[in-house]
Amino acid sequence: MKILAPFQKKKNENISSEVFSASRRDFLKVGGLLTGGLVLGVSFFSCNEKGKKIVTIAPNVYLQIGSDGKVTIVAHRSEMGQGIRTSLPLIVADELGADWKNVRIVQAEGDEKKYGNQNTDGSFSIRQFYKPMREAGAIARLLLIRAAAQQWKVPAEECDTEKGQVIHRNSGKKLEFGDLVEAAKSLPVPAVSEIKLKDNSRFNMIGKETPIVDLHDIVSGKAVFGIDAVTDGMKIAVVKRCPVVGGAVKSFDDTKARAIPGVIKVIAIKGPGLPATLRKPLSGVAVIAENTWAAIKARDLLEVEWDLGPNAGYDSAKQIEELKQEVTKNGTVRRKRGNFLAAKAAAKKVIDHTYVAPYLAHATLEPPTALAVVKNGNCEVWACTQNPQGAREAVAEALGFQADKVRVNITLLGGAFGRKSKPDFIVEAALLAKESGLPVKVQWTREDDIHHDYFHALSVQRIVATIDNQNKLSGWDHHIAYPSISATEDNAVVQPSDGELGLGATDFPYDVPAINVETHDAKAHLRIGWLRSVRNIPQAFAVATMLDEVAEARGVDPVANALELLGEDRNITFNEELVKTTYPNYGEDIANYPWEIARMKEVIRRVAKESGWGKEMPKGSGLGFAVHRSFLTYVACVVEVQVDANNKITIPNVYYAVDCGLPVNVDRIRSQFEGGAQFSASLALKSMITVKNGQVEQNNFDGYQIIRMPESPGQIHVHIVESAAKPTGVGEPPVPPFTPALCNAIYKATGKRIYTLPIDINA
Amino acid sequence: MAKYSIQVNGKKHEVDVLEDMPLLWVLRDIIGLKGTKFGCGKALCGACTVHLNDDAIRSCSYPISAVGDAKITTIEGLSEDGDHPLQQAWEKFVVPQCGYCQTGQIMNAAALLKRNAHPSAQEIEQAMQGNLCRCGTYNRIKAAISEVAGIPNAASK
Ligand code: FES
Ligand code: FES
Repeated sequence: MKILAPFQKKKNENISSEVFSASRRDFLKVGGLLTGGLVLGVSFFSCNEKGKKIVTIAPNVYLQIGSDGKVTIVAHRSEMGQGIRTSLPLIVADELGADWKNVRIVQAEGDEKKYGNQNTDGSFSIRQFYKPMREAGAIARLLLIRAAAQQWKVPAEECDTEKGQVIHRNSGKKLEFGDLVEAAKSLPVPAVSEIKLKDNSRFNMIGKETPIVDLHDIVSGKAVFGIDAVTDGMKIAVVKRCPVVGGAVKSFDDTKARAIPGVIKVIAIKGPGLPATLRKPLSGVAVIAENTWAAIKARDLLEVEWDLGPNAGYDSAKQIEELKQEVTKNGTVRRKRGNFLAAKAAAKKVIDHTYVAPYLAHATLEPPTALAVVKNGNCEVWACTQNPQGAREAVAEALGFQADKVRVNITLLGGAFGRKSKPDFIVEAALLAKESGLPVKVQWTREDDIHHDYFHALSVQRIVATIDNQNKLSGWDHHIAYPSISATEDNAVVQPSDGELGLGATDFPYDVPAINVETHDAKAHLRIGWLRSVRNIPQAFAVATMLDEVAEARGVDPVANALELLGEDRNITFNEELVKTTYPNYGEDIANYPWEIARMKEVIRRVAKESGWGKEMPKGSGLGFAVHRSFLTYVACVVEVQVDANNKITIPNVYYAVDCGLPVNVDRIRSQFEGGAQFSASLALKSMITVKNGQVEQNNFDGYQIIRMPESPGQIHVHIVESAAKPTGVGEPPVPPFTPALCNAIYKATGKRIYTLPIDINA
Repeated sequence: MAKYSIQVNGKKHEVDVLEDMPLLWVLRDIIGLKGTKFGCGKALCGACTVHLNDDAIRSCSYPISAVGDAKITTIEGLSEDGDHPLQQAWEKFVVPQCGYCQTGQIMNAAALLKRNAHPSAQEIEQAMQGNLCRCGTYNRIKAAISEVAGIPNAASK
């Protein structure tokens, strides 16, 4: 099995749904569904171009209407703060005409056969399930309408649903959904071809603001996260892991650890060596105790002798210096248009800069934690996972079980950002539960989390931009070096993948006559993973800060510069200029989700208008601009900055303009952008992981800092462009343009250009 | 190991634990009150905030042996039905994203308003700076506290 990064997966846009009347056997196993009532299973399948069903992806989402009128919808995606447990069910409910007050959401467990791929990352839940969810709601609506129409002896076309009732328009007669359940059960389930989806103007919830369903539980402390899962007889494990990736336990002495009251067992966990993989636990020694404190104390008293392995001498600062040299050489060409060397030779001006960004840790506020019980050849897990099926397969593999012997229950996630797609911590719990014969919860401490993350990789990029005699940007030469995510699975990989480059480097959309993208070797020495928007972060930082310099060199306003360089409104493709590869487009066919210059330009114009771009700013203040398309969503950002005499940076305002297609839950789009700005402010101003002797130097939130309230951006204004295009994700797209917009604003305020993250204005 | 009798949300609990066990783990592991969260264990994030009498403390760094007969209040005991004015404001502004930090945020804000019912925007920021939110809900937290405090939204700088 393999855990795939979100941009490596092939998505299928042509997902359609089929609704069937679920048998008892089908749905009994879904926890939380009541028996009785009308139960519809929704199975999704994909079609080829001719509309022929080619592959049933089998996820069955259940929709139940009880005789009490209560509607239950199974949420099959993981909730980590993005609001998906609200947004997907509300699509069904709105199309159905249900009364939201009577809708209950039940979380599905991780089961590919039942729910299809549930991996919740890559900002694609809404994008993939918008249409099938609507179809499911529409089928259920038609079924209820037919049941009512039969009873009233009127044509079904004269009926509609609203707020949990079927209504006959001409007579005003009404019937509750609950009262139609019995009649509806005896009718055949309509096919997708029989339904007509609601006109957008008739939506009650889609495109509006719906509070998240877990709101009250969260504010009253009742919400159950991974850390809150309990089971009878549960013990707590805390693990001392090898401080260097690829190392292993040589021997250990647990005498002192065992002296702590409450300690039950000490068990070694075998590591994978190298490659570390995206799924296996690291080598370590676990203490299992009666409670968390005893386990933490005893773990800290373990004396372990390590074989640190080949990464023991690794120094991240040295690697950055080496990569800075690398990017001045010739690399491997990945995209080529025109003749850059000729453009450079004829240039009036050459701008040449190197951009450095550090390793980052996810630092989800809930550290990784998972509970496992292994009994009679079965394993049951409760975990805060973005990827329940990946977890299920990884656990099965580690235990030597068949996947169907493993059940993964998904709790709420106390933040994820990509970290909780990796099941290593869940496998730890399963292995320890099996070995000890006890129900075991593995608790990571913050130090564990900071030391042993799947890090966002450091990066070094060099961009050379040339300006010709006509004052045009004539050439763009982008050199890139960073350890690839793929190296975590295969040590031989030393260059970025096409997927990683397609996140803002090879899909450079500006119409420049000569474009060159080259990559350089960079070896991985840590576990490299993906963090909210992945390589878009460093790549957008380099590209959009360089474009600001290009604008300045040309004497053109940065917004006007971007609009001009994007060129005519058209859809662009990259394949003909890429070397032996096709542009991944976030796993979507570019025919279905084109790269639209017009939409890019529209968000630019909109953000300029909303931010008052061009206005006179007081001394020490500045506005900076950047635009970026990621995860098929177009985002322009203007950051306002104030820098005082002590070089203290304040961000009073952030302006976003976003085109994410048809907005589903407007409040959660806004909240993702508000949070995205704060998340970016952390990485732009505060966060950095460094490595010496193969070991991470930061331990907790003192060394690895994230933004705190007093320094956090003030008002975040989110302007959503009206759009009827297919909905696209909003979890990651707010992040990439923020940092370059901030750097460009700092330049306006202080005259200092930023080439290294996190920003050090005194450097 | 030692025996302690502590008062949590108006109820007495007898516990027999290690003397240095932080109050956080007594609450979560021994008493079973899970609304108080673990984020750092080093008084750096505020996820574990509870009230000791009227003061907000970081329970992860407060040993059980120091509690004595002080009254402990956790999120479960802040109000009857989760309807403290701050909890209501939190719902009105739909503050939470993942929600993990929010009980600590609310407990910290409640202690602030108890000692200063009408804090300024700056006082809110200062008082809340020990509470991290990785999801970035700071602006809505400010809006919710400002509303309860009856001051203009502290998010405008
Ligand atoms: S867990 Fe106590 S302050 Fe972070
Ligand atoms: S809401 Fe997720 S950490 Fe605050």
